[in-house]
Amino acid sequence: MYAQMVDTGAKRVRAAEEMDADERAFQERIDRGVKIEPKDFMPEHYRKTLIRQISQHAHSEIVGQLPEGNWVTRAPTLKRKAILLAKIQDEAGHGLYLYSAAETLGISRDQMLADLHSGKAKYSSIFNYPTLSWADIGAIGWLVDGAAIMNQIPLCRCSFGPYARAMTRVCKEESFHQRQGYDIMIALCRGTPEQKAMAQDALNRWWWPVVMMFGPPDEQSVHSAQSAQWKIKLFSNDELRQRFVDQTVPQAEYLGLSIPDQALKWNAQRGHYDFGQPDWNEFFEVIKGNGPCNRDRLATRVKAAADGAWFREALVAHAAKHQAPQAQKAA
Amino acid sequence: MDAAKPAAPFEYLLRLGDNALVLSQRLSEWCGKGPALEEDMALTNVALDLIGQARLWLSYAGELDSAGAGRSEDELAFLRDAGEFRNLLLVEQPNGSYADTLMRQFLFDAWHALALRELAASADPRVAEIAAKAQKEVAYHLRRSSDLVVRLGDGTEKSRAMMQAALEQLWPYTGEMFQGDALDRDAAASGAGFDPAGLRAPWLDYVGEVLAEATLKQPPAEAWMHSGGKQGRHTEKLGFLLAEMQFLQRAYPGARW
Repeated sequence: MYAQMVDTGAKRVRAAEEMDADERAFQERIDRGVKIEPKDFMPEHYRKTLIRQISQHAHSEIVGQLPEGNWVTRAPTLKRKAILLAKIQDEAGHGLYLYSAAETLGISRDQMLADLHSGKAKYSSIFNYPTLSWADIGAIGWLVDGAAIMNQIPLCRCSFGPYARAMTRVCKEESFHQRQGYDIMIALCRGTPEQKAMAQDALNRWWWPVVMMFGPPDEQSVHSAQSAQWKIKLFSNDELRQRFVDQTVPQAEYLGLSIPDQALKWNAQRGHYDFGQPDWNEFFEVIKGNGPCNRDRLATRVKAAADGAWFREALVAHAAKHQAPQAQKAA
Repeated sequence: MDAAKPAAPFEYLLRLGDNALVLSQRLSEWCGKGPALEEDMALTNVALDLIGQARLWLSYAGELDSAGAGRSEDELAFLRDAGEFRNLLLVEQPNGSYADTLMRQFLFDAWHALALRELAASADPRVAEIAAKAQKEVAYHLRRSSDLVVRLGDGTEKSRAMMQAALEQLWPYTGEMFQGDALDRDAAASGAGFDPAGLRAPWLDYVGEVLAEATLKQPPAEAWMHSGGKQGRHTEKLGFLLAEMQFLQRAYPGARW
């Protein structure tokens, strides 16, 4: 998932006796594992939190096209170019069904996009980092999509029906994306010394931003408990981060690449890797808009929307012209 | 290959492959920047179809290449310079606005669909096979681009003006599609290819019909036309497109990706 620090509007979880009858019934449904559907009762905070979470995810898919689009015109072979094009197309598709899932909560796609363009809505911090070499395309598939899947697979079981169903579809494609990214890394690591160095450099630059994708440490994560109670967040940030590190270390070893963390070490007692902390100050700066590409990414999306306004208006005008006579006949 | 059946000449296949490759490259420049999410997806779809076709044409061309015996699709795509490219000038024209991109697509699709219909009946079975596959994809491209030309031409005043300007800008690059040369004549004579002049009337009919419905004014059919792409004399734009596309293969010679 690409949602980070989603505000639930609640600083603490409320006990059953503090809820009214509707809310209690709602929570009991969730506890029984029954999906909430758009027309069912839901507390206003649940609805708003989901809009924030799903739209943040959708925006991430859309903005996420840009760092990869940066290399699609320079892909090194026709086969790699075709695979990358297909991957970027999948991402646009993910954006589309996530926006649709959010629309069932009573917000329009236009409103969500306006919130993205004004800076009110966020997208994942990861897409504010630059793609400087072809190896970055491999690293994004391997690490960024790998981290996203960690979070998205549990969300297939989340409490809100349309979101859970969208995630089921997204996950199938994401696991293909991760494999294609790893396949790029394998080719680079089996290639020339320059290619191997390119792969290592990409891992060095992407490692910490990816570790940060899961969001701040649990003790600083003020909204997680409420989201967990609502079953729209099924594992904590630190749990998912640990899983990701445990999964990724052997993959890096297979590639012959080293992870840029001095503290990384297998802990036999815990049965997990110990690892260092990223620079959380950098994370909060990126979220605030100070990452290397925040301005470029948002400006590109705003320009695309502005440049395309005539196109969207023309389609609406054409439809109005050609539907009007039929509507009159019907009347 | 069956010795009794004629094979399309190497350069003839390059023309087909390079059209698809160069246009696909242009379309992929739009990635993530289209005017609507649905357009991003649809345009990428067309780019994907075209790159698939380019790979089929160039792979076959590589097999028949007597000069560099057995060049791969990637060697042909990434290691030829502009003068060795054989695409139409139309497809290398810059994306411009979305109106320019769609108009370029429409003018090409209308020719492409006709060309593939001829090639699907080629005496060269490989050509016929590739064309038959591409024909299905291009039928969709043409349906989509025609529909958008109509809706944008007959949309708002602004959209009509943009589509009309795009049409006038690109029109002088359409004549080349129907100009045959010795290579076309040889291919047509062997049954492997077709006479491009024969496509002019049906193309004008179809394009004229769509433009009329779009309330756009068709420039004169007899207007002066640019040419040279099919023989390797390109516009200044192609060199930059190739510099970008070929960067990694040129910067790291011999590397496998």
